[in-house]
Amino acid sequence: MDLSSINPLILLASIMVASTPILLAAIGEMVCEKSGVLNLGVEGMMITGAVCGFVVAVETGSPAIGFVAAALGGAVLSLLFGILTQYLLSNQVATGLALTLFGLGLSALIGQGYVGIKAPVTADVNIPLLSDIPVIGRIVFQHDLMVYFSIALIAGVWAFLKFTRAGLVLRAVGESHDAAHALGYQVVLIRLLAIMFGGACAGLGGAYVSLIRVPQWTEGMTAGAGWIALAIVVFASWRPWRVLIGAYLFGGVTVLQLNLQAAGVAIPVEYLSMSPYLITILVLVIMSANRSRAALGAPAALGRVFHASH
Amino acid sequence: MNRRSILAGAVLAVGLAGTAFAQQDKVKAGFIFVGPIGDGGWTYEHNKARLAVEEEFGDKVETVYQESVPEGADAERALTQMALGGADIIFTTSFGYMDPTINVAKKFPNVKFEHATGFKRADNAATYGARFYEGRAIQGLIAGNITKSNKIGYIGSFPIPEVIRGINSAFIHAKKANPDVEFSIIWAYTWFDPAKEADAATALIEQGADVILQHTDSTAPHAAAEKAGNVYAFGQASDMAEYAPMPRVSSIIDNWAPYYIERVGAVLDGTWESKDTWGGIGSGMVEIGEISDIVPEEVRTQALALRDQIASGEYHPFTGPINKQDGSAWLAEGETADDGTLLGMDFYVEGLTGDIPN
Repeated sequence: MDLSSINPLILLASIMVASTPILLAAIGEMVCEKSGVLNLGVEGMMITGAVCGFVVAVETGSPAIGFVAAALGGAVLSLLFGILTQYLLSNQVATGLALTLFGLGLSALIGQGYVGIKAPVTADVNIPLLSDIPVIGRIVFQHDLMVYFSIALIAGVWAFLKFTRAGLVLRAVGESHDAAHALGYQVVLIRLLAIMFGGACAGLGGAYVSLIRVPQWTEGMTAGAGWIALAIVVFASWRPWRVLIGAYLFGGVTVLQLNLQAAGVAIPVEYLSMSPYLITILVLVIMSANRSRAALGAPAALGRVFHASH
Repeated sequence: MNRRSILAGAVLAVGLAGTAFAQQDKVKAGFIFVGPIGDGGWTYEHNKARLAVEEEFGDKVETVYQESVPEGADAERALTQMALGGADIIFTTSFGYMDPTINVAKKFPNVKFEHATGFKRADNAATYGARFYEGRAIQGLIAGNITKSNKIGYIGSFPIPEVIRGINSAFIHAKKANPDVEFSIIWAYTWFDPAKEADAATALIEQGADVILQHTDSTAPHAAAEKAGNVYAFGQASDMAEYAPMPRVSSIIDNWAPYYIERVGAVLDGTWESKDTWGGIGSGMVEIGEISDIVPEEVRTQALALRDQIASGEYHPFTGPINKQDGSAWLAEGETADDGTLLGMDFYVEGLTGDIPN
């Protein structure tokens, strides 16, 4: 065992990179769930975003356009979910699961001609001055733009939900759609927008995997990241900054596990792999033991079907 | 009795009625793949061989395949389905299909099964594999010579004999070339997961490794090496030439085509029988991809000489004196490892650090 070979600074930096895809997907899903819609199709939207982003980035040569396309791709797919669940009142759980399967198949189809092709390189942004600060500069200020964007997005969502009227309306819809409807708010429209925001974020997360983290396209490459994002939302009890903590924790364990292995630490890999899930269960138990469902922070109308005739 | 078992019974009855060595006009060959064809590595090469079979026999052969079949119980379902679909010979192309193959082979005595890299056989189930460790010896020699940090990262898939053999063979020859060399090993517990492989490669590179060897199937470690800059990598299972000349400096290529053509041909002739085939560089099953110009000329010459010596049988990559990791003697001076020990290899050789997970 040689722990000295692990450089904590580089480790922290790579945790930030490894966590970004699940962070993006989780914050999108959180907003969606805040509006009272449970979309289990995160994995499908991520993989669709990954393939859309990759294909467009390869064709245009620009990763930036690729990311825009990924967000669009994710949003369009989530719109399908939105129409099915909001207008046709289908079951959200079943539709979400179907969306995941559909996304995996669709992405494999779109990506057929793009296997083994290299993506255009996304440059790291070296923020002048700041990136030269010893220690912190290396960790915090030498990443690609998407890492900063994801953190800014967390701050933005937090501010939106806490300080704006629109955020309040969104939360109201998620807590009691009947009350919101009685007040004259367009429940279905608001939920559709939230679903599409979730889809766009998941698409960005997927594209981060295919364009920066791996970077190439292969079928099923998100490999369950969408499910982890769903777990993070619960872990975070629907609060933006806790989503950040949750994502870095999950991403951190993944990276740490590999680094410990490379350094020859004799902890069985299985324990490290299961630790984030154990923590989730533990947090859920502690929080739910405390008070009733309110303590968990779950939106009261989460997963419930709304129809204006009620 | 459900429909499936009735069908299985019917197939069985037909099997008993027919003669074992009947010639056939047409053969249906099935392939079970562990990853997608587009992995650019292991499955890609198996599929290339499948296409070579089609090319060779034309109308006389029909091939079917299923991609990304999970190892374990679900493989049995896929295999049964393929056998019921009328396949005459089925190639199961990953170690984890071993027990499912044997189980399904029992139910379909008239269907021939070919399991890659395993060791369980039956009258209608043969095994085949390649001596990848021969190629690993050449990789080790190149890696030991070109590393500047003296630290070589190795991404293992599962701790099974095939992978452990590769690690040992690469280490022995890297150490010969450079006594200061150290190996860091990460077990990814997957054959194919680009994101995980990229993370593993990145973790190894961050800890100072400047050569990455992989026993996983995707090109993601190459992409990670390319991103990091001065890091070398080797193509695994396939040439991965799109990453040449840097970071990919050479590769081990699995060439399954001659074997698949021979075996499908044997079914056509009615001469197929269950046996074990373990081909190496000599028989052409293992090929060494072009060594790129980044590698110094003298190292390249040495590597090619080693390849030729192994091919001719003049040199065995496991030639004593070699000790096990705990220091106990394994092979005496001049002694070479027998195939039995190699097939069941579950120990590191002396000098490697860390434990093999159970």
